[in-house]
Formats: sequence, structure tokens, C-alpha cells
Amino acid sequence: MTRLAVNPTRMELRRLKARLKTAERGHKLLKDKSDEMVRRFLSYVRENKRLREEIEEDLADAMRSFMLTRAVMSGEELKQTLCLPARTVNVRTDLENVMGVEVPVVEITENENSVDTLPYSTLSATSDLDVAVEKISTLMEKLLRLAQVEKTCNMLADEIERNRRRVNALEYVMIPQLNETIKYIVMKLDENERGALVRLMKVKSMITPDN
Amino acid sequence: MQKSGKIAVLGDRDSVELFVAAGADVYGASTEFEAISALKKLEADGYAVVFVTENVAALIPKQIDAIKAKPFPVVIPIPSAAGSNGFGMSGVKRDVEKAIGADILFSDSAK
Repeated sequence: MTRLAVNPTRMELRRLKARLKTAERGHKLLKDKSDEMVRRFLSYVRENKRLREEIEEDLADAMRSFMLTRAVMSGEELKQTLCLPARTVNVRTDLENVMGVEVPVVEITENENSVDTLPYSTLSATSDLDVAVEKISTLMEKLLRLAQVEKTCNMLADEIERNRRRVNALEYVMIPQLNETIKYIVMKLDENERGALVRLMKVKSMITPDN
Repeated sequence: MQKSGKIAVLGDRDSVELFVAAGADVYGASTEFEAISALKKLEADGYAVVFVTENVAALIPKQIDAIKAKPFPVVIPIPSAAGSNGFGMSGVKRDVEKAIGADILFSDSAK
């Protein structure tokens, strides 16, 4: 490991020792943060996977019913039937802080005037459409939950990766470099001291008369 | 800082029509260019959540990745009328690999 280009002085040594202490403390903190983030990430990602599996299944069901309707009704007819939705779904969004990452919170807010019935006359549509519409309406809540959880996973994964880089940079570059430099300065100072001592002894032996 | 937002669904026309009934705004797109411009428009219009069907999402993975770093809009792939092609699950898998370094979630289900 290369050492830093500094002058081997006592002042520099003091400064480096302080930096090493900060670096070690930062490393420990970041490592703890990483552990906790991974723990949270795992619980989120498990939920994400479970939700996605459920939704893929349910949505496929709904789509299948819808496809059956398409086969029976003409495109224009279908458009007319669905053009006045009984419910308009809005969401309330907020930001939440998970381990220093700003993640979105999505909550469903339904309009007051939305009714829990089918948005069309049952005479004009097939029963398959009823099934599809009902399924998709109940699925919306789950879909929004998935949206929130999956986004949280995305952002946590990014942050974990960034954090790991920081931890590694400290552990494998900064801290060894500082240690190496401190060792170098200590050795240099010790060497200077020994040199001075030897010089003193030599001078002393020169100026004292030989016995 | 609470805000209210809207939901959009972007995808091939066959798949998205159903979402009208659920109260979402739907946008049809079938080619890469249509999808990119639609996604840009949705982002500019301030939609909070955009569901993209997997077959369309597979056309524009770069654009979707670019949005991933921001909290909003939340862009989520969903299966299309033709069923799931695994694009959504592969996203989850990528997240795990990125965060943990190895795929620990899907390896046990493969056994």
C-alpha cells in the first residue's frame, strides 16, 4: 500500500492519527448502516416477491376474462361501455425516510362520488366483463402496494451498493494508507532520535580526554 | 409533504383498456418510440404511479432504469394481456443481486 506524501514531522503524525481515528469510526458506522439496510431490504424484497407473484396471477385472471369479452363485443362497443368509469382512483403520495433514503409512500384515495357498482348496464356487456372489472378494481390496492414496495427495494438496493463502496474504500484504501504513513513517520522520528543520540555520544567521547 | 397524484397505465392497447374501469388513465403504445415519448409525457404531467406492461417495458429498459433513482414517478412493470414474460421478476432479482451480491431469494425456489 502506498503511503501518503507528507513530511515526517510530529505535527503531521498528530494530524494523521486524528484522521485515522475518524476514518475507523466512520467505517464502523457505515458498516452498521449497511447491515441494517440489508436487513430491511430483505424484508421489503420478500414482500415484493410475494406481491408480484400474487399480482401476476390475479392480473392474468382478470386479463383472461377481459379477453373473452373482447372476443364477443366489438371494440367500439367495449369502449363505450367502459368510457364512464364508476370510480376514479387518486393517490396520496408522501416521502418516507428509510435509513436515510427518501422513498415514496403511495396511498389510495377514492373519490367521494365513486360507487361500488359496475359502471355500465349489465344488459350491454357480458358477464366476463363484470368479472374482469371487479377483479381489476380489487387489485388496484395491491398494485399500489407493490408500486411502493418495489420502488423502495430499487432505491434501497442502490443505496446499499453505494454504501458498500464507501465501506470498502475506507477499509481497503484509506485506513491502510493512514496506518502505513503513521508507521513511516514513527520510524523516521525514531531513527532521527537514535541518530541524535549516537551523535551526542560520539561528540562526548571526542571532547572528553582519553584515559 | 403530502401530494395527491394520478395513476397511469402504459402499454399495448389490448392490455390497458381494462384499467379504465379501475379508474386509471390509460395510454397506448406499441413501438419503442411511442413508449419513450409517452413515458416522458407522463413524467412531465406529474403522474405519481405509472404501470407499464411488461412487453412495452422490455422495449425501453434504459428509460425505466433512469427513473428508478428518483422517488417519483413510480414506474412498475405489470404483466400484459399475453401473460407475464418475467421482466418484472427479473427486476426484483436484479435488486437482490445488487444489494446482497448474490441471488439468495430465487435460488431456493429453483430447487
